Amino acid sequence: MIVAKRKPFAEIKEMLKGYKKVLNIGCGTCVSVCLAGGEKEVTILNTEIDMTRKLDDEPIEIQGHTIERQCDREYLAELDSIIEEGQFDALMSMACGVGIQFLAERYPLLPTFPAVDTTGLAVNQAVGWYEERCRSCSQCVLGYTGGICPVTMCAKGLYNGPCGGTNKGNCEISNEQPCAWFKIYERLKGQNRLDSIKKINAVRGWNDQIPRNLVQPGYKKPENALK
Amino acid sequence: MRLSYPTNIKIIRVPCTGKVDVMYLLRCFQEGADGVYCVGCLEGNCHYNQGNLRCRERVEYIHELLEEIGIEGDRVRMYNLSSGEGPTFQKYAKEMTEHIMSLGPNPLKEKLKKAVCA
Repeated sequence: MIVAKRKPFAEIKEMLKGYKKVLNIGCGTCVSVCLAGGEKEVTILNTEIDMTRKLDDEPIEIQGHTIERQCDREYLAELDSIIEEGQFDALMSMACGVGIQFLAERYPLLPTFPAVDTTGLAVNQAVGWYEERCRSCSQCVLGYTGGICPVTMCAKGLYNGPCGGTNKGNCEISNEQPCAWFKIYERLKGQNRLDSIKKINAVRGWNDQIPRNLVQPGYKKPENALK
Repeated sequence: MRLSYPTNIKIIRVPCTGKVDVMYLLRCFQEGADGVYCVGCLEGNCHYNQGNLRCRERVEYIHELLEEIGIEGDRVRMYNLSSGEGPTFQKYAKEMTEHIMSLGPNPLKEKLKKAVCA
């Protein structure tokens, strides 16, 4: 899932400076699961903002609303009437970067501020602990690396490794950071597939550095698609 | 035992301190409380295994939140005792009251009063 962490409170406070009526919108999907931007986090942040602004003698009227998903027009639509009736000066979103942009796009006349920093695609290791496992590089080599992603786990993101910095199972950057390619070697050895590590993978295509559009086979962009 | 403790303390009963959410604590200060302390069972004695430990973590977390807001984090504290320790309960109640008295009232309370009067 997509994970995020809340921005430093001082940064959020600075962004909202001067705005008197704000709607803070949470997202009920990934950021709720990773405890960053769901209904509860919206309530906590709103309470904090309300208190700090009262202390600064600049009271703010801040409301909260959490929708199922901010990356889907179907769910965003329920905000239309709330925003129209509310006469807000600004919007704040606790969704991932995708949701924030979609929200800003739907209400272009209202300033939209992010309350979280999107961190990546991660697994849930324990309650409150998330570990990045994918950089969505559009060039998956997991089939050759025993299911361990060298792009995410290797400090250099090497598609072919290890480099000279591998150090008794750890990476040269830190003794707490395992060497991805050492892990890959161990995994492939256990599967009796060590020949896979000899396969030279294509160098990184940097496909994630350009805007990507995905249309699944059997589907096409509607001609009247919203821009 | 007929022990007395300071009358300014309002007790809010919860089934376990594990039920105490960060939002409960924040709301107390938003409504003007000068301090809050959570009294849980002794560590290692929680009927639900980790309730009191979770509460302690939340108390530590709210310290940061309150400091960010501009209120002293030390207005929230966690104490542990068993249900048979009446004198300890009294001691902690007095200790917390004295501690909060030394910090003074919740700075938000003045603002709330002004808002009501305006």
